[in-house]
Amino acid sequence: MNASTAATPPAAVTDADVLLRVEDVVKHFPVRSGKLFERDKAFVHAVDGVSLAVARGQTLGLVGETGCGKSTLARCITRLHDLTSGRVIFDGDDISTLPPRRMRPYRREMQMIFQDPYGSLNPRRRVGSIIGDPFAIHKTATGQERKRRVQEVMELVGLNPEHYNRFPAEFSGGQRQRIGVARALAFRPKLIVCDEPVSALDVSIQAQIINLLADLQGELGLTYIFIAHDLSVVRHVSNSVAVMYLGKVTELAPVEQLWNHPRHPYTDALLSAVPLPDPNKSAQRERIILVGDVPSPIVPPSGCRFHPRCPKARQDCVDRDPALEPRLGDEPDHVAACHFPVADGEDISQARPSLAAEDRIIEPGLLGGS
Amino acid sequence: MSLSSNAATALAEPAAPVAEGEAAKKIEGKSPWRLGYERLRRDRAAMISVAVIVLIVLMAIFAPVIAAIVGHGPNEQFPAPIGVTVDGQPLGPSATFLLGTDTLGRDVLVRIAYGARISLIVGFVATIITVAIGAAVGLAAAYFGGLVDSSLARLMDWLLAIPFLLLAISLVSVIGPGLTVLIIVIGFLGWASVGRIVRGQVLSIKEKEYVEAARSLGAGPWRIMFIDILPNVIAPIIVYTSLLIPVTIVAEASLSFLGVGIPPPTADWGQMIADSQSVYQYGAWWYLVFPSLALLITTLAFNILGDGVRDAFDPRGDQLFV
Repeated sequence: MNASTAATPPAAVTDADVLLRVEDVVKHFPVRSGKLFERDKAFVHAVDGVSLAVARGQTLGLVGETGCGKSTLARCITRLHDLTSGRVIFDGDDISTLPPRRMRPYRREMQMIFQDPYGSLNPRRRVGSIIGDPFAIHKTATGQERKRRVQEVMELVGLNPEHYNRFPAEFSGGQRQRIGVARALAFRPKLIVCDEPVSALDVSIQAQIINLLADLQGELGLTYIFIAHDLSVVRHVSNSVAVMYLGKVTELAPVEQLWNHPRHPYTDALLSAVPLPDPNKSAQRERIILVGDVPSPIVPPSGCRFHPRCPKARQDCVDRDPALEPRLGDEPDHVAACHFPVADGEDISQARPSLAAEDRIIEPGLLGGS
Repeated sequence: MSLSSNAATALAEPAAPVAEGEAAKKIEGKSPWRLGYERLRRDRAAMISVAVIVLIVLMAIFAPVIAAIVGHGPNEQFPAPIGVTVDGQPLGPSATFLLGTDTLGRDVLVRIAYGARISLIVGFVATIITVAIGAAVGLAAAYFGGLVDSSLARLMDWLLAIPFLLLAISLVSVIGPGLTVLIIVIGFLGWASVGRIVRGQVLSIKEKEYVEAARSLGAGPWRIMFIDILPNVIAPIIVYTSLLIPVTIVAEASLSFLGVGIPPPTADWGQMIADSQSVYQYGAWWYLVFPSLALLITTLAFNILGDGVRDAFDPRGDQLFV
């Protein structure tokens, strides 16, 4: 893959603090052509060289449009997908190539909360059995002991322990998500990867679940990777935020730094789309309207992947892939992958790319893929 | 809801004691099985068919008792003029022979009762074999995917492409007729359609988040297959089973009708229907009508029950027979 994308992880966190380090993770999915002898010729570049680090007890927000590779990255971290290349280092150990049997001890320490509270709970099993799954799989508690521990964790997430024998269908969306949280918490893991845990819930329930997650973090010293496409949710829960676009991290910074000084035009555009509660401010603000759609991840654009839609695109952006590094004199923990970063106070809503029109059309010949 | 206090205190306090006995039962949820069963109980037509099926099963079990009551054995031939007319024609229904006699002067009623045994045994056993093989193959094909899937799927296509009756007839003629042969032939030829349905179901369930959740918890392939996936395909399997039983009964009757089923003199509905052909034109309607009626009532009852089971266990109708 493209070597220049292997950005050095942010240097601000020292190794002892780091619970999870992701180094140049690549995940490509083969696209079956359907012809008998010409299989696996094309690949979906779902994640293409992502490096991140998450410190203990912190929350890393992961944002981006649908299809930018957030969920794939999450599943690479928890090894639900095998990596195409790159490394995942959890608590000092490289887990990226462990076979399932040796992966099992690590599964106790990293858990996932899923997006769909309806799809993530087996409709044919009782809630107590679902939450007790970790104990059953790892054979750590049986019978009454398991029941006691399951009810303890149900209580912890605000479920009535007496509902032990109910079925998921008898709960509301928010309660179901609590069941998902309880299952993830059963072993008191170190890391919880939350894959859009609130996007399927309505707003009042979202707040409940987010507060629950925040309380649990304080209580149990959890570390979260929090995936969302709702920026205000991410701002509320995260210590730092990584913005992804088409399988790459375009900007990574502490949350307030990112909000106040976005460097990547894509970050800027995303932030300008966040609704403001004040209608006057909202009317004054210039929204950055991005042209076109996200290009196909099968044939990603050359250079900077954002260039076909970027209002500031120049010829450089087509030719060279920008490195993820501090820009415009930022702190080392604020990195952006952009040749022409946005300066503070710059309004890019009126900017026009200085590219010939035909350069903005992505030609299959230009791609840097496989 | 006071979340923060809840989370804060929960660790310190032990979980609330759970009410035992009756109170615990009240809050216990109803399983999808129980809900399906309750829906089935409310289905009038299905309940009537259950009653009919129970009667037929009782008739099969107590066939010797029926024979004892009327005093005619199933293979007992009554010579003219008791069992047949002087010129060798079957006798119509009478006080002695309630449903008439057949060409050899045997009691049709007793033979229908004994014939129910064959129909039901073949119907149940062959269906169980069919469903067991189909479910296992479908589950394995869908779960393991790749080469396993493509080879098993091709095998199923291949089996479905072969005309069942032709293959069954040739197999039975090669191996020789008999009850076991009949069960095995019917059981081993029909599983492909079950396999296809199960494979499709498992393919879609495999992608559900709860399977992913189980994997992320460290569950192995067997646990995922049997604890997370199988319970979710059991309902369609049961529905299909209940609809497959009448098909199997008809298949058995067809093979016997064609002379490659149960060898005589064992009583069998299909064989009786075939046998009646030669005397029907001379007015012996009872020999054709009563065995046919037995076959019709049995398959109809199973079919209506199967429909009821489908409505009860697959209420959205979104999973089967699209």
